[in-house]
Formats: sequence, structure tokens, C-alpha cells
Amino acid sequence: MPTESSVLNPRQALRFGAFVSLPMIIGNMPFGFIFGSLAMSQGLPLWVPVAMSLLVFAGSAQFVALGLLAVNAPLWLILSTTFIVNLRHLLYAADIMKYLRHLGFNWRVPMAFGLIDETYAAVRPYYASGKLDENNGHWAYIGSFLAFYIMWNSTTLAGALVGQALPNMAAWSLEFAMVATFLGIITPYLRSLPYWNVFLVAAALSLVLHSLPNNLGLLIAALTGVAAGVLTEYLQGHIQRTAQGA
Amino acid sequence: MESTVHNWYLIAVVVGMAIITFGIRFVLLARAHRTHLPTWLEEALRFVPVAVLTAIIMPMIFIHEQKLDLNVQNPWLWGGLAAFVAGGVWRKPLLTILVGVVVFFGLKLGARF
Repeated sequence: MPTESSVLNPRQALRFGAFVSLPMIIGNMPFGFIFGSLAMSQGLPLWVPVAMSLLVFAGSAQFVALGLLAVNAPLWLILSTTFIVNLRHLLYAADIMKYLRHLGFNWRVPMAFGLIDETYAAVRPYYASGKLDENNGHWAYIGSFLAFYIMWNSTTLAGALVGQALPNMAAWSLEFAMVATFLGIITPYLRSLPYWNVFLVAAALSLVLHSLPNNLGLLIAALTGVAAGVLTEYLQGHIQRTAQGA
Repeated sequence: MESTVHNWYLIAVVVGMAIITFGIRFVLLARAHRTHLPTWLEEALRFVPVAVLTAIIMPMIFIHEQKLDLNVQNPWLWGGLAAFVAGGVWRKPLLTILVGVVVFFGLKLGARF
């Protein structure tokens, strides 16, 4: 009898990855649309937003680049800003490399290309829970990536072609779906003091530093949050050792 | 002539952004088969999901028009709180999303009438 713990085959894993991404896909649709229409309203040729979504595939960096293109920023500034805005992906890569070191480059290249906040957020918890493993995790990952890639590119194109003719989707606040999804991922972790401290420190700093440019506040808040977790764990261990030693 | 220069600039922007973004995402994965991170770092990386995802959503919930928005009529606050409590109690991601979304859009639509 198949149970919850039954192993997903590749096709099921592919579908599972797309399915768990669904709320965030809906939440992100307005952004692809807004990105496409914003690029056209700045007078850029159609191929620019289309090629960016196809080749770069990084929402926040693409929006920042539009802002810089609008003020005719020099190339080096746009590229160095892209670097800083996307630096958080390095943390994701460091975290997931243990799950895909057995895979060949034919897997690792597309997985790296598709390493976005949402796919990391959607798939990573299931590696931790054991639902995904070395045999099927990459299929779920690719399922999530493809679902986002198709959504991002089709909404970009739609926004670029008909964006100005349609209602103001930004006012719908569909991105709340992303907030709710991330809370669904975060809350199960909050069962011990180190994770609570990670949460509280990252939350407080992200609010205090929100006005820093280029996602720098996000990066600093996340890194300090991780440090808070490590420190808490270290101090807990230290207290335990002292108590035992006494 | 002017527009040819402009086109080359745009091509350089798009290609450059693509290379840099892919480079950041790939550099560690490319070495994954022969790189084993030290234990302390592996342990620290366990905290990455909570740290980064929290830092992404908190400003979305609390900051509106560049300012801290603690107004009781801020639906982000209540939707976020509802999802947080639901997640804490039941620990089922889909239920968390559902509760948060219902409260958020309920308040948003309710405010219209």
C-alpha cells in the first residue's frame, strides 16, 4: 500500500516540485508582467526584457537593472550591482551543494541557472524532511525551476506586449502569496532557541536596514541571523559542558 | 550610429548580467563533487533558509511607502500574523499559506465595502 513516505519516481518528483511552487508562481506573476511593461514604458526595445528574462532569470536584479538603464548608468555599475543583488544565491548554493555533488554537469548547470529564492525555498525543506533525496530531489528541483521559468518568461512577454493596456496588477498585492509561503517554510523550524534567534535577528535587522540599496540590508540581515544561530548553539554547548564539568 | 552604440550597450548589459548571475549560482556547484565544507560551516548553513526567507518577507510585511507600518488597518500585518500562528500551531505549509491568504485578501476586500 502506498503511503506518504513512498518514494517519488522522477515523473512524480517533477510534478511535486512544480506543485509546491504554485503559490509562489501565482504570487510572482504580476512581477513578470510589471517587468515587461515597465521596460517598454522606458522605451527599451522588446528584445531587452525578453532576453533578460530568458538569460538572466533573476527578478530583483532585473528590476534594479531597469532602474539603472533608465538613468543611463554605466555598464560597470549595472554589472557590479547585479553581483551584489544576487550574492545571496551563493548562500543557497553552499547549502545545497551536498545534495547534488553526485550529479553530473548536465544536471548541475541547469540547476545552477535555475537557483532562485523560490525554487530553493520550495525544494530545500523536503530534502531536510526526507521526502526528497539524492535519487529524486533534482527532478523536483527541475520541476520547480521549469514552472517558474515558463511563468517568468511568458508574463514578461505578455507585459511587454500588452502591459500598458491592462489594469494595474501591482495593486492586487498577489505577492502576499510569497509571504505566506515563506512563513509556511520558516515556522516549522521554530522549535529551538538557535532558530528563534536566527529568526528574530534576521527580522529586526532586515527592518532596520531596509533602506540600504541593492538588497544589502537583506544580505547583512541574513548573514547576521546565521551568525546569531551559530553563536546561540555555541553558547548552549558551552553552558552544557560547564554544567557537566562542575 | 547613436542607436548602434546603444544596442551594443544593451547587449553588453544583458549578456554581462547573465554571466555574472550564472557565475554566482554555479561557482560552488561546479566544485561540489570535490569540495567538502568544514563541519562548522555546514552546521551554520542549516540556518540559511530561515535567515534569508525571514529577511526577504519582513520588509514586505512591515514597510510600506518607505516607512514602518504598524497601523491596525495594514492587512499585511494581520495576514502575516495569521500565517505565522497557523504555521506555529499546525506546521503544515499548505495550511499556513491558505490561512494567511484568506485573512489577507479577506481584509483587503472587506476594506473596500
